[in-house]
Amino acid sequence: MKVSYYPGCALHGTAIEYDESTKAVSRMLGVELCELPDWNCCGASSAHATDSSLALNLAARNLAIASAQGRDTVVPCAACYSRLKAAAHERHQEAGNGNHQPAPNILSLLEFLSGYELNSKMTALRQKSLAGLKLVCYYGCLLVRPPKVTGAKNCENPEQMDRLLKIMGAEVLPWSYKTDCCGGSLVLTRPDIVRHLVQRLLERAIEAGAEAIVVACPLCQSNLDSRQEEISREAGKIYAVPVLYITELAGLALGHSEAPKWFKRHLVNPKKLLATKGLW
Amino acid sequence: MAKGIRILGPRKSDADLPWGMDLNVQDCYQCQKCSAGCPVAFAMDFRPNQIMQMVNLGQRERVLACKTIWVCASCYTCSTRCPNDIDIAGIMDWLRQTALRAGVKPAEKEVALFHAAFLDAIRTYGRVHELFLIANYKMKSGKLFDDFKLGWKMFVKGKLKLLPSRVNKKNEISELFRKAE
Repeated sequence: MKVSYYPGCALHGTAIEYDESTKAVSRMLGVELCELPDWNCCGASSAHATDSSLALNLAARNLAIASAQGRDTVVPCAACYSRLKAAAHERHQEAGNGNHQPAPNILSLLEFLSGYELNSKMTALRQKSLAGLKLVCYYGCLLVRPPKVTGAKNCENPEQMDRLLKIMGAEVLPWSYKTDCCGGSLVLTRPDIVRHLVQRLLERAIEAGAEAIVVACPLCQSNLDSRQEEISREAGKIYAVPVLYITELAGLALGHSEAPKWFKRHLVNPKKLLATKGLW
Repeated sequence: MAKGIRILGPRKSDADLPWGMDLNVQDCYQCQKCSAGCPVAFAMDFRPNQIMQMVNLGQRERVLACKTIWVCASCYTCSTRCPNDIDIAGIMDWLRQTALRAGVKPAEKEVALFHAAFLDAIRTYGRVHELFLIANYKMKSGKLFDDFKLGWKMFVKGKLKLLPSRVNKKNEISELFRKAE
């Protein structure tokens, strides 16, 4: 199976382990990821906070490249996914008026992995069970909202990640904070707000009995992972909850040899947790 | 009067645009569901439902100068839950855009400077090089040493690349910016 791949800027930098694990898992599942040639930044929140037409046009340039490739386009970053989907949504409405070609099909990496075919492959190829690993799934905002744009069926309680982790044998715990915002867009500008939101998420995850939080967005991951030391200092209480990408756990379950290399890039190192479950 | 932050040029036709054009803000019946679910309401000076009312009352200056429009994290919880299908997060975007274009001094200066630094990064490389973005934001905001230790740790973990990844057809990106000026 061949699909187009739009990594987005973070996967070339702070989320390099998300890129590495996505590529590794795709290879193991027999998926060829073809990076979109000469893709550009989706514009993220800064473009739509500044100018609507710039936001649309930055995303639309990528849609045009994706259309020319003629394949489904898979997007691992929730923010990029949201911008490309919003532009596709707008184009789609214009196409309804007969103005434009229909937009290409944009899938979040999570949607793509949750498809029937890859789900079955994952079940068949599983080498290790993640049994005993207690996890909560954190979807964040933009994989699901606004549902008019993303088409999310259950935007207050999404379940794709939960299902994938269950296939891998993990124990997925219910909690009410799956789609509560972590403040990603304020990460450098209002770290005080971010610490407040992240601390609440960590608290609720621990309360639910989770040993780690699983994400499918580079901004959620870096926000939740990197602020724990500061939050601990402020709260006078130690937080050290590993925040793992769904693709890293998939790589682990599929027995990929490079999995430890990805986990070493995290600020809260999950080594101890994974070692106690016999997964390191 | 303190100056606003220019990211793109002032729009000549700005004055001709009717306030709240094409937005269904007038459908708001003040149920406050937006404010109840807003994760950052605690840091706002006016809650989202108050902003809707202020827009409806035409309180242009007051709305454009408030903190709320910059503190909004664009999480779309409000737009998703509004019983009258008002795109509240979209209205926040419109207010930020209007404030920037009209040269109103942003109540949260850092947020506007971050957007300026982010768009600079796209203008320069077509993609965001995180080290460039962070350095540029620090220069603009003067917050040189905030998060220095965290940045260093990320660098050691191989998460901050020295060299940027860039778009080849840069003229296409420049063209998109020219259109928006």
